[in-house]
Amino acid sequence: MIQFDKFSLGNGLRVIVHTDTTTPMAVVNIMYDVGARDESPLQTGFAHLFEHLMFGGSTNIPNYDAPLQRAGGENNAYTTNDLTNFYIQLPAENLETAFWLESDRMLSLAFNKKSLEVQRKVVCEEFKEHYLNKPYGDVWHKMRELAYTAHPYKWMTIGKELSHIENAKLEDVKNFFTKHYCPVNAILVVAGNVSTEKVKQLTEKWFGNIPSGEKYIRNLPQEPTQAEAKRLKVVADVPLDAFYKCWHIYPRLDQRYYIIDLITEVLSGGGSSRLYQSLVKEKKLMSSIDCYHTGSFDAGLLSIEGKLIKGMSMESVEGAINEEIEKICKELISNTELQKVKNQTESLLAFEDLSVMNRANSLALYEILGNANLMNEEWEKYNAVTAIDIQQECNIIFRESNSNTLCYYSKN
Amino acid sequence: MNRKVAPIITDPINFDLKLKSIEKFTLDNGVPVYSINAGAEDVMMVELVFFSGNCFEKQNLIAATANYLLKNGTAQKTAFQLNEHFEFYGSFLSRACYNETATITLHTLSKHIHELLPVMQSLVQESIFPDDELATYQQNMKQALQVNLKKSNFVAGRLIDTYLFGKDHPYGKYSSNKDFDAITKETVLSFYKKKYQQGNCMIFIAGKFPPSIEATMNNFFGKLSIGNNFKIPEMPLSFIEKPGEKINIINDETGVQASIRIARRMPNRHHPDFQKLMVLNTIFGGYFGSRLMKNIREDKGYTYGIHSSLQNHIQHSAWIIGADVGKDVCQATIEEIYKEMKIMKENSVSEDELMLVKNYMIGSILGDLDGPFQIIARWKNYILNNLNENYFYEAIQTIKSTSAEELQSLAKKYLNPEEFYELSVI
Repeated sequence: MIQFDKFSLGNGLRVIVHTDTTTPMAVVNIMYDVGARDESPLQTGFAHLFEHLMFGGSTNIPNYDAPLQRAGGENNAYTTNDLTNFYIQLPAENLETAFWLESDRMLSLAFNKKSLEVQRKVVCEEFKEHYLNKPYGDVWHKMRELAYTAHPYKWMTIGKELSHIENAKLEDVKNFFTKHYCPVNAILVVAGNVSTEKVKQLTEKWFGNIPSGEKYIRNLPQEPTQAEAKRLKVVADVPLDAFYKCWHIYPRLDQRYYIIDLITEVLSGGGSSRLYQSLVKEKKLMSSIDCYHTGSFDAGLLSIEGKLIKGMSMESVEGAINEEIEKICKELISNTELQKVKNQTESLLAFEDLSVMNRANSLALYEILGNANLMNEEWEKYNAVTAIDIQQECNIIFRESNSNTLCYYSKN
Repeated sequence: MNRKVAPIITDPINFDLKLKSIEKFTLDNGVPVYSINAGAEDVMMVELVFFSGNCFEKQNLIAATANYLLKNGTAQKTAFQLNEHFEFYGSFLSRACYNETATITLHTLSKHIHELLPVMQSLVQESIFPDDELATYQQNMKQALQVNLKKSNFVAGRLIDTYLFGKDHPYGKYSSNKDFDAITKETVLSFYKKKYQQGNCMIFIAGKFPPSIEATMNNFFGKLSIGNNFKIPEMPLSFIEKPGEKINIINDETGVQASIRIARRMPNRHHPDFQKLMVLNTIFGGYFGSRLMKNIREDKGYTYGIHSSLQNHIQHSAWIIGADVGKDVCQATIEEIYKEMKIMKENSVSEDELMLVKNYMIGSILGDLDGPFQIIARWKNYILNNLNENYFYEAIQTIKSTSAEELQSLAKKYLNPEEFYELSVI
């Protein structure tokens, strides 16, 4: 059970405080309710590029990093398709430094031209490093485009193509800031060796007079139910054939999310999981296999993917995966197997919650989803899943018409 | 309120950092158990550290294979049953093979420990390395290697170690398809018998312990024929070094980035310069605000990240600068790296920058002492390097007291381009 206090400022900034006096550190986590799904299809990768620009100095503080480092702190940030998160860890004594820095860049960025020029290049190198300069790096670009026809999940957080990042203009940066980076679209979590009283006082002092901004109302095209199976064949300069297949699943807040999560555990949660045992160990068709879901806020994807053993055919791999899917659709999983995946989940949750940073991050995430206390209700929801739930959901999800298959062939 | 003025801070160099002491007890067979009983959550870690790393093998990959396949079959259980057992209790059993040591590590909710230790014990005593498991491993590892060999940064990482230490040295050797094919069950089994069943081991446990943990550990590991001879073979650097070499490799004609590695050999952490070098490295390329990062990423935009670090080997160390950069700016990046070396040698670090780095380093250590798993990881590093807690307090003291002059003289001593290998892989 994670304890926390919650309050809001007059400008709409929501604040959560989680006290843990066993650590000498404090964590300040600001999550903005904007991600790659909020971009225009002609300007993809912008939310992430913007995350980089947040470090280019603000109106009153030319350099963001140095004062924080001088206070003994570290920071980082990440962007997903759903959100953008900035986090700081620093000695609790110097907590106010984090408030000073974060509030100033929420108040206004410096909109420095040089910073835009440099970060455009940095992000292009990031794009190359992670998606162009390694084998299979483009798979998820292709898979998202195949699976999504309407929803902006059809592009990756990094962006659809380099040119979108290269063409970003300072004007666009300013507009994006005004639209999304304001108190009413943000969650502040302060955790660690801090008191609610102190946090209240510091929040009022530093964030209280920032104009609230306009609440961003999201109105995204939702993905229609897929009517028939889609397939794509790719031939590329990679050493091994690889197989990828995805099915549409549910939004993060749907009760069935927990069932889906456990299904992926049954299929590939470790060395005793079904797909690994069958495809890698027994049939020796693949050298690796993985099943996971994207965990996104809007309806995501469940994916099964892996590399083929040289000489094995795509057809035999797909056939063997289908056999496993048929099995989980037809036969109820045993109580022991269900208990196993629940125990794995319980343990995973416990280990995740060890670090104050993770706890702060989770609280912000659940608050953006609607209620920070959802964090404390997770385990109950997993524990309530039954073998029948799993069977029923498998039969719904794993319809062939709901699937997207990408066969990635080695040209050698 | 004036937003242009930073709030007053306590300089972290004024903090009085304390490293939580480690407890030690000895099992009946002489095996030491180091423990940190702390933490609010009911989770714990048990780590067996065997002196069975790759410096003990006579044939490449035998140590890594024995370590990896430990949990792929025992006298009582198949690989599937072993995995199922650990996974049923929601625990994570991992293993890793390093140059000197190889580990078997269990992370679990404390309440399940009694169900898990007997099976962990069987991995040390009864592994049988079935033919089929070995064959699958060989095939899958070769496939994974093929994929990795397409990545410029993987290739660069392997090659730079060979230049530094030689391709036959434990720190320099790497795997090939031929090596995987040459592994036999007999060789692995005989290594296992000598280095695990009758090997030398220290144990590290951390987290929130169930009652009578000492008796429990002794019950499962105190009666085994494992010992406490922690001698590591000498690993002389016998080959002739050729620093100053510049090597450019085209691994992939279509590559869009070059992986740069610029590196030199360094003394290990027992050398009097080592702790001060950690400060110098931080300034040079060891944190986000480093000289290399500021110049090459934040000013020029040549890369997503550039870092330098001192390798954490026991006998010999190395100083390595690494970055993946746009192919067209590879040469420009290399020039900037040398330029930064030159600046470090010719100009002393300003008081302002030095103070910032000192505070940053202390803050970072403070954050790193958070929680039993982090604390034991630090202790483990000290113990494996034959150091004690004095090393921690000396390191803190060094950070606080190192002067700009000392750093400049170290830069002059070590940051000489002609003593570095220069490698780029596209």
